[in-house]
Amino acid sequence: MEAHSSEVFVIGLTVFFLACIIGYYVVWSVTPALHSPLMGVTNAISSVIIVGAILAAGPQGFDTSKIFGLIGVVLASVNIFGGFLVTYRMLSMFKKKTKKTKEKE
Amino acid sequence: MVAILYLISALLFIFALRGLSHPESSRMGNIFGVIGMIIAVFTTLMFKSVLSYYEIGAAILIGGAIGSFIALRIEMTALPQLVAAFHSLVGLAAVFVAAAAFYDPVAFSIGKVGSIKTASLVEMSIGTFIGAITFSGSVLAFGKLQGTISGKPIVFKFQHFINALIFLLIIFLIVLFVINQSPTIFWTIVIVSILLGFLVVIPIGGADMPVVVSMLNSYSGWAACGIGFTLSNNLLIITGALVGASGAILSYIMSKGMNRSIINVVLGGFGGEQDTSASKDNSDKIVKQGNAEDAAYIMKNADSVIIVPGYGMAVAQAQHALREMGDILKKEGIEVRYAIHPVAGRMPGHMNVLLAEANVPYEEVLELDEINHDFPMTEVSFVIGANDVTNPAAKTDESSPIFGMPILDVEKSQSVLFVKRSMATGYSGVDNELFYRDNTTMLFGDAKKMCEDIVKSLSA
Repeated sequence: MEAHSSEVFVIGLTVFFLACIIGYYVVWSVTPALHSPLMGVTNAISSVIIVGAILAAGPQGFDTSKIFGLIGVVLASVNIFGGFLVTYRMLSMFKKKTKKTKEKE
Repeated sequence: MVAILYLISALLFIFALRGLSHPESSRMGNIFGVIGMIIAVFTTLMFKSVLSYYEIGAAILIGGAIGSFIALRIEMTALPQLVAAFHSLVGLAAVFVAAAAFYDPVAFSIGKVGSIKTASLVEMSIGTFIGAITFSGSVLAFGKLQGTISGKPIVFKFQHFINALIFLLIIFLIVLFVINQSPTIFWTIVIVSILLGFLVVIPIGGADMPVVVSMLNSYSGWAACGIGFTLSNNLLIITGALVGASGAILSYIMSKGMNRSIINVVLGGFGGEQDTSASKDNSDKIVKQGNAEDAAYIMKNADSVIIVPGYGMAVAQAQHALREMGDILKKEGIEVRYAIHPVAGRMPGHMNVLLAEANVPYEEVLELDEINHDFPMTEVSFVIGANDVTNPAAKTDESSPIFGMPILDVEKSQSVLFVKRSMATGYSGVDNELFYRDNTTMLFGDAKKMCEDIVKSLSA
């Protein structure tokens, strides 16, 4: 049992370091002009901890853990919807040069 | 099956970030991110232990409605605050998930109440610690950016010593928590970490906020990682690491843009109230002052203009008027481009978003190293709401606090127009010798008003 759990930890650690390396290269390839949208997206995807919150909120009945889980789901949802939408808004503003830019305002 | 779906979701998140390498691919990237998140949520809902669909659905709807409402209403100038606020929520959510895992370890299969696996306890408390710091640090950063709290750095004696002590206390508490698994200690860790989060951000001044916001972005990722380890969930670990790396790189880029180490920024106390020796001897120097007509005349007769926007442009909401000015100049056959310093604004890439919002095509917006060698061939530099990032003292004056910071070489252009509200120094508190040069014309006034007036003069 103990050996098994340490193995799980090492696998987690392996995944962690590989993900850090991928993150390093992927983020350096992001153009500086899009650093704000990058923050928007990372903000949205870091709310993937909603997965943990859902597990906590999953069981039937009501106990402390479930309430915490539901609060977690609400908080993470604010971020997921807010993060992706605000990124969408930002990205849709970045336009290519057109001969005659049609202005809305 | 679950593991595979989580893997797909993690890959989609990586593609979401990868898409941001170009504006064209970025929109698709965002969609990948959304799909990844939907897969992650639905996969989790399929777990056998997850039964209360109604409650969870309602929670998602409530959170989603709030998030959508805020995201659709927010002014682009207020983006930094919004991002800080969102980070605080990630931090808080991490604390709640850790707490939930602590109160109901069975649901996460990490042991039973009172006998949770040691490794899980360590991971859980680290997740809680980082989450709580992210929460309070972001709340304070939000306050400073929003202006509810003074943006000035607050420094007091033994500040860093106290922070170090609190940090040691937290480590001690974590050890204690792992040994006796007491709820009281768990909540003490939460409270002390929240306190530390406040103390860490309090000495950091307003214009260092790009670094702070990126750092908190990074923390929110590490918090997710901590929770991922607790739950042995690779998706959370991968995503957390991506976000953590992203925030760390952004912090690095921002600090480098100010020629300061991250440590130096974190220790804080920079800017605001320093009085400088330079400001004294400049008091008798002559400043050439101009008005909108002068500016319009100068630019109309130029071949090329580079516009250098800074935080002042964002505060005055001048981006639309500025773009209008640029359009008229372009119609006159003048080459108009925009030069963005890495630390312009209050968050990474802030200026680019504001210019994009004003319909400036992104090809005209260039980064420091792309455009800096063009200043000598440029007739007019139009600096609006920026100051320190153009200060030649960064290259010449070794005693200056901004010495070594990369700057936009506006002084090399034939003439410089400075739109400023007053002669006040920039954030660094350093006087800008450019103001006193012969080829510089100061345009005092509100940035938006000034642009509108120039537009009027140009079209007259």
